[in-house]
Amino acid sequence: MSDGPLVLGIETSCDETGVGIVRGQTLLADAVASSVDEHARFGGVVPEVASRAHLEAMVPTIERACETAGIKLYDVDAVAVTSGPGLAGALLVGVAAAKALAIGLGKPIYGVNHLAAHVAVDQLEHGPLPEPCLAMLVSGGHSSLLKVADVTLGVDPMGATIDDAAGEAFDKVARLLGLPFPGGPHIDRQAASGSSVAIDFPRGLTSRRDLERHRFDFSFSGLKTAVARWVEAREASGEPVPVADVAASFQEAVCDVLVRKALDAAQTEGIDDILIGGGVAANSRLRAMATERADALGIRVRVPRPGLCTDNGAMVAALGAELVARGRTPSALDLPADSSQPITTVVA
Amino acid sequence: MLLAFDTATPLVTVALCDDDGTVVAEAISERPMKHGEQLAPLIAAVLDDAGLVRQDLTAIAVGVGPGPFTGLRVGLVTARTLGFVLEIPVYGVCTLDVLAIEAVDTGTVSGPFLVATDARRKEVYWAAYSADGERLDGPHVARPADVVTERPVVGEGSTLYPDDFLVSASPHRPSAGWLARVVHGERAELLDPEPLYLRRPDAALPGQPKRVS
Ligand SMILES: [Zn+2]
Repeated sequence: MSDGPLVLGIETSCDETGVGIVRGQTLLADAVASSVDEHARFGGVVPEVASRAHLEAMVPTIERACETAGIKLYDVDAVAVTSGPGLAGALLVGVAAAKALAIGLGKPIYGVNHLAAHVAVDQLEHGPLPEPCLAMLVSGGHSSLLKVADVTLGVDPMGATIDDAAGEAFDKVARLLGLPFPGGPHIDRQAASGSSVAIDFPRGLTSRRDLERHRFDFSFSGLKTAVARWVEAREASGEPVPVADVAASFQEAVCDVLVRKALDAAQTEGIDDILIGGGVAANSRLRAMATERADALGIRVRVPRPGLCTDNGAMVAALGAELVARGRTPSALDLPADSSQPITTVVA
Repeated sequence: MLLAFDTATPLVTVALCDDDGTVVAEAISERPMKHGEQLAPLIAAVLDDAGLVRQDLTAIAVGVGPGPFTGLRVGLVTARTLGFVLEIPVYGVCTLDVLAIEAVDTGTVSGPFLVATDARRKEVYWAAYSADGERLDGPHVARPADVVTERPVVGEGSTLYPDDFLVSASPHRPSAGWLARVVHGERAELLDPEPLYLRRPDAALPGQPKRVS
């Protein structure tokens, strides 16, 4: 598709400064500057460090995105920006930059929901979203099951984590195993040479009693504690910790719960399409397991390529372009950054 | 036309200044601590008030602090991004210098003086100035008790800590109109639009994972 609105999207909800440019459903540029290396030694994202990095990266990243897309800024039809949820100080830098662009270009601004953007990004890779679809968003900051009828109007939350996010569990277990931050890619790599059935780790909120109250919710805190206990017992007995086996068995437990609940939700709602997004969607076992089990049920699975699953500006631009295409009302210039923007608010 | 703004204190102040150095529009926010919400509408409002459009802007002046980080960044990212889009230069000025020049030019001080603003956590950002507004020392961040002075103190610090800063002098809040005059007349050092944080980020290195059994 060579027509459609030209939209620039800015994402600064965590530690990635993302600027994406999209025309309709075509991705033109996806520039990302990450401050992850500055956080690694702290074992997690330090908000003030992230905010400082966003300020420094903002203009260079906008510039890089424009060069890659081969566009002039003043050709842009609208500016979109993540207004929440996310780290308050980090969001604020992106929102302020987007407003400056909107003023400087004389174009409308859309303050959009980060989670809805994770859903919309798949249009850039697999075309228009099936309506409705079941979205499972899993990352270091969120773990949600959402029913999406029209991503520009709102999404129905079906379930979410009641404690740790899925990605957080990966980070914590990686730390237990002496693997670097962020943990996801390292667990994935270690798991490749381990056995997923070596250790039977618990599946949170899957007992009959839990299912009554938390059928589509997740819990990863008990799993993380179980892994810690197992590793400590190993160390206490003076035996080496089989890192690959622990990683593979832990990863299997997380993926098993995620896929089980996503399929259950889709079947309950009579939805034939599942979309997986967020940083954890880059996990190879999750992609394989979801596709395999969904196939058996006649359910289609869409997962954007890993670069589009992690936080980026393209996803914000993709949602912005859809909002413009569908004639939705833009935000006002006093748009706030809302660290706890509800998932039901697509445009703030 | 020069657009000037400062977000290094609880308030947002915005002004427009023409090529003769005359301030043609000025606005100040009414709600403290809402920099992100108020700066862009105020910029739009001063342009409107003056009957101007964004293409009339030829330069931007921004207060680079020191000041509370969150608000400070709103001003700086706005200045840098707007300067980039409009392809116009962006000049940074130490926020304390702007207060100092206003004090000197309006005659609220005679002789050497200090400027002190609220740094929260029971500290102030401060700098020392000569009688004609030249910065001699600072900016620093410190507890008021460690800066105690009998010289006049300009800025909000003097009203917040009257026990340590005995002689208070106006102004207490920075004005973008004065920021514009300072840049137009090159009355203070013009800086790159880099924030003067003066403090490192709060971040603790993690210890060993806690044992669970
Ligand atoms: Zn995300």
